Amino acid sequence: MRIMDNISTIRLDNISKQYGKHFGVRDIDLAIGQGECLALVGHNGAGKTTLIKLVLGFIQPTNGQLSIMGNSPQHANFNRLRKDIGFLPEQVLFQTNMTGREILIFYSRLKNANKAEIEALFERVDLCDAADDKISTYSKGMRQRLGLAQALIGQPKILILDEPTSGLDPLSRQTVYSIIDEVKNAGATVFISSHALTELDDRIDRVAILNQGQLVALGNVDELRENIGLKSIVKISVNQADAGKLIEHFPVFFDGHNEAQNTISLACKGKDKAHLLADILMLGIQLHNIEIYDPSLEQVFMKYTQPNEATQETAVLHG
Amino acid sequence: MDKVWTLILKESRDGLRNRWVVMITLVMALLALTLSFLGSAPLGTTSVSPLAVTVVSLSSLSIFFIPLIALLLAYDSIVGEAERGTLTLLLVYPISRNQIIIGKFIAHLFLLSIAIFLGYGAAGLAIAFSAESSFLAHDWQSFIRLILSSIVLGAVFLSVGYVISAAVKDRSTAAAIAIGIWLVFVLLYDMGLLAILAADSEQIMSGELVKWLMLINPTDSYRMYNLTSSNETALLSGMAGLSAEHTVSNLTLGLIMALWVVIPLSLAGFILKRRQI
Repeated sequence: MRIMDNISTIRLDNISKQYGKHFGVRDIDLAIGQGECLALVGHNGAGKTTLIKLVLGFIQPTNGQLSIMGNSPQHANFNRLRKDIGFLPEQVLFQTNMTGREILIFYSRLKNANKAEIEALFERVDLCDAADDKISTYSKGMRQRLGLAQALIGQPKILILDEPTSGLDPLSRQTVYSIIDEVKNAGATVFISSHALTELDDRIDRVAILNQGQLVALGNVDELRENIGLKSIVKISVNQADAGKLIEHFPVFFDGHNEAQNTISLACKGKDKAHLLADILMLGIQLHNIEIYDPSLEQVFMKYTQPNEATQETAVLHG
Repeated sequence: MDKVWTLILKESRDGLRNRWVVMITLVMALLALTLSFLGSAPLGTTSVSPLAVTVVSLSSLSIFFIPLIALLLAYDSIVGEAERGTLTLLLVYPISRNQIIIGKFIAHLFLLSIAIFLGYGAAGLAIAFSAESSFLAHDWQSFIRLILSSIVLGAVFLSVGYVISAAVKDRSTAAAIAIGIWLVFVLLYDMGLLAILAADSEQIMSGELVKWLMLINPTDSYRMYNLTSSNETALLSGMAGLSAEHTVSNLTLGLIMALWVVIPLSLAGFILKRRQI
């Protein structure tokens, strides 16, 4: 992780946005550092879009302080800072009668960006061959990648991506994530809103879980797993004779025994996995196979957002 | 300013690629030519210049046609982008909402000017070449005044169209309101005024008041400007009977039109600034 928390590029202090009596988001405290990649996850209507609109300065908070690169988006000078923000909306329908190149040139001019970078951007999103084709001939994936290229114009310091991989094939998704990595490594702050939890798991520094407008969890995925008490499962295939031995040695960790397949499941905290494995090896029994299942981000998310769970109180961990 | 210019270029190119701008030019030229030749045919060998006849018939056509085209160009400009998601994207860029309105307005006015200039210009040239009598300088002057004032009339309704487009949430509502506005300005307003006049048998309303009520409507100001642009056009349109104290200076008419451009355009900018994205 390359988090430089002392420089918060995006900072929300006790932010609330109210629509009439309804809260879009409520009492949000969130600071995203330079070079950090934070994923914003939540059910539909949880307040993700409201939060993004607040950060982009499209709406004003009802309460609280908001600072983007040290400035309030409501400040008159903020317009000049916009050249440092890249944004990919969830759905954008570019004019179909324009070519990809025309689109990028148009947006590049609005940012006074270097026109020479456009070629590199097409290469980066793998659209070189289609750069001079009309958007009407683009597939959904190509349009999304063009949208991503648009967001990268002018090497933004903050990259905000709303569902960047929705509707993309696995190869395009891979491209998107490797670009996100590059941008992050170059020191930009990346803010992703996504439903694709399984993909995000090991690609982000921290995750913020929103539920009904409130931040119910914030931290890195491992910490959240730990915090919520979700355990890793170690599945071991052994000879029938050794199965009993295993159960006998690790009664605390024992989670199940599949007699038909001769597999023993042991459940432990994430941080205890290595110790447990070492202990198993120490037993000197013959192991046919070992599989390790860490709780997925999806499980973590479900646990935090399901109603009537004991874990409803906000769990904020600083990564 | 370079951002406004970028937007103007993009919008103009967009408009030129949309075939309907070409269609409008063709339809305008066709209508203008038909009207010109049909309109001047009955004159036979009178001393009235066929170009003056054309100015009178074309200005009557413009009153209906140009506001409609301008509103159709403008109604979609903001709300359409909002629906496509490109407005949100545009606003992330360092361009102000006023700059967006101004850039789009200039581009649309440019497109409309091309259509008017080519459409009406073609008609003017065709008549000039086909007519036996030669044209006097003031004939051409009236004709050029017609083209320029038609562009201003277009600007007025583009501005009004932007107010609609900036204010409403979906395109179909914007289209419906645009048509409604068009009906009010080109038809219902004058009819209403006539009805009031007819009912006002005791002449409570002074002639002066009626005149100004009429001129508040930009289409009527446009009519007044073109139909009194020369003695001939005034004669042909029945405006010659207008006594001197009832005519309004061109400066006043120009001011009315200018206000109709500036006020709605500023209002559109104001509304867009407050629009929830």
